[in-house]
Amino acid sequence: MEKRVTFRGWLLPFLLIAPQVVISLVFFFYPAGQAIWQSLFIPDPFGLSSQYVGIGNFEYLFGDRFYLAAFGTTAVFSILVTLCSMIPALFLAVVADRLIKGSGVYRTLLIWPYAVAPAVAGVLWLFMFNTRVGVISWYLGTLGYDWNHVLNGGEAMGLVVVASAWGRISYNFLFFFAALQAVPRSVIEAAAIDGARFWRRFWTIVLPLLSPTTFFLLVVNIVYSFFETFGVIHTITAGGPQQSTTILVYKVFSDGFVGQDLGSSSAQSVVLLFVVGALTIIQFKFIEKRVHY
Amino acid sequence: MASERHGMVEKRGAGLWLSHVIMILGVLVVFFPIWLAFVASTVTQPEIVKPPMPLWPGDQFIENYTKALFSGVNVPVGTMLVNSLVMAIGIAVGKIIISLLSAFAIVYFRFPGKTFFFWMIFLTLMLPVEVRIVPTYEVVAGFGMLNSYSGLIFPLIASATATFLFRQFFLTIPDELAEAARVDGASPMRFFWDIVVPMSRTNVAALFVILFIYGWNQYLWPLLITTDPEMNTIVMGIKQMFPSGDDVAEWPVIMATSILAMIPPVIVVVGMQRLFIRGLVDSEK
Repeated sequence: MEKRVTFRGWLLPFLLIAPQVVISLVFFFYPAGQAIWQSLFIPDPFGLSSQYVGIGNFEYLFGDRFYLAAFGTTAVFSILVTLCSMIPALFLAVVADRLIKGSGVYRTLLIWPYAVAPAVAGVLWLFMFNTRVGVISWYLGTLGYDWNHVLNGGEAMGLVVVASAWGRISYNFLFFFAALQAVPRSVIEAAAIDGARFWRRFWTIVLPLLSPTTFFLLVVNIVYSFFETFGVIHTITAGGPQQSTTILVYKVFSDGFVGQDLGSSSAQSVVLLFVVGALTIIQFKFIEKRVHY
Repeated sequence: MASERHGMVEKRGAGLWLSHVIMILGVLVVFFPIWLAFVASTVTQPEIVKPPMPLWPGDQFIENYTKALFSGVNVPVGTMLVNSLVMAIGIAVGKIIISLLSAFAIVYFRFPGKTFFFWMIFLTLMLPVEVRIVPTYEVVAGFGMLNSYSGLIFPLIASATATFLFRQFFLTIPDELAEAARVDGASPMRFFWDIVVPMSRTNVAALFVILFIYGWNQYLWPLLITTDPEMNTIVMGIKQMFPSGDDVAEWPVIMATSILAMIPPVIVVVGMQRLFIRGLVDSEK
């Protein structure tokens, strides 16, 4: 889409667009280029020189069982976070939509966790499940369950999933609630006159009408669990125990900054670039469809 | 509006009460972690380390918050709050300014390379900072921007989202306004300041809310580039308050800091709820 009316001149638009272009070049394109370039080399241990290895880093990466495990962990983690944040949000939104009064109050209270940073959410959940002082782990103990996410990989995964999904419930609730409010009442009432009960109306009419929102949230939540949950994992488990909560983004960090393995970390960045690219394309393809819905 | 909408579909009696009960339970469950953090920030350390800790606030509120704000663990939390505030406002205001300017250029001018620049900005959507941390860190270190506000702000300032949002909005401004401005001999910048910026007020406000929270909640980037505790932001500083090794964490102070870390974004989200929801929906389009 273009404007019919435009201003003349070319120096001014260059000046206007310059700040954004310069910052993009310096902090986006140059580092991304560096990541691609460095992924083709192995630096010596002192960082004085590096040796060209072509796709050697990538070959090594895809032969490394820890890296392949991180792919699996990321898949499990993101699917669980998406489900654990979308299902409760949809349920609460459906219930809130049934209310005549008071849904605004509930909405105001439910959006709080969205404002809480993932890293702070991590600290709050860590506190509740702390093996020494945690309230929930203590009560679990009185029930005979010995909670220890520091040693048990499954429990560690469960904890980072819940802590990551928590704030997203607010976000998903807002979108589901708005979509439910937009469902035409005449359709619902027609079904009600035909004798369809609430749950039948929900499965046959409301849910199909919500499908654009649902698909949109699926993609957005997967992107979130891939890239924005670093703070949760770093504060709760630091990727452990035995890498059971090391997702791809966490591994870029731990190999690059903690392990100082720049070749591998850059190669991982490049792989992630492709993952982000694919997710972005899916998102845009889908959003185009949504417009025509 | 609500009661009209529900008109004839059954909404009475037990079902309605059940709905309220479910919503209240939902709110309680979702709120529990925040409540527990608040309680922990008002009791003494011995009360916490001998579980189970109380579930009702104690009388140490003033002591714990004073200790956190003015002495903290490594650095006073007051200092971290200021750093977070500078970073969040810097990112929000900076993004809005550069995006307004570049969107204006893209929509209201024809110039060589316009499509190229447009795609270049578009591509930055695909590069979250988490993906390019090592080389971006090297760039910032090369500029000597470690442990500085500019290092905290600039790498996070250019993103395409705000530019696209403004572009979409500018395209809806009637052509007659630009035509009239041109006929009157107004310069493009005059048109920008007198017409475009005032018309964008609501969009700017909605975007500010979203970007403020984005900036405030950053974790990985400040963790990497602020090695000096004086430059720590509050969200990353909490993790630094945990002792390494076997020492027991100072939970009341840590929890008071967690509460302090969530107050500004909660005020922004709850206080500007309408703008916030609008910003959220717009920026995801």
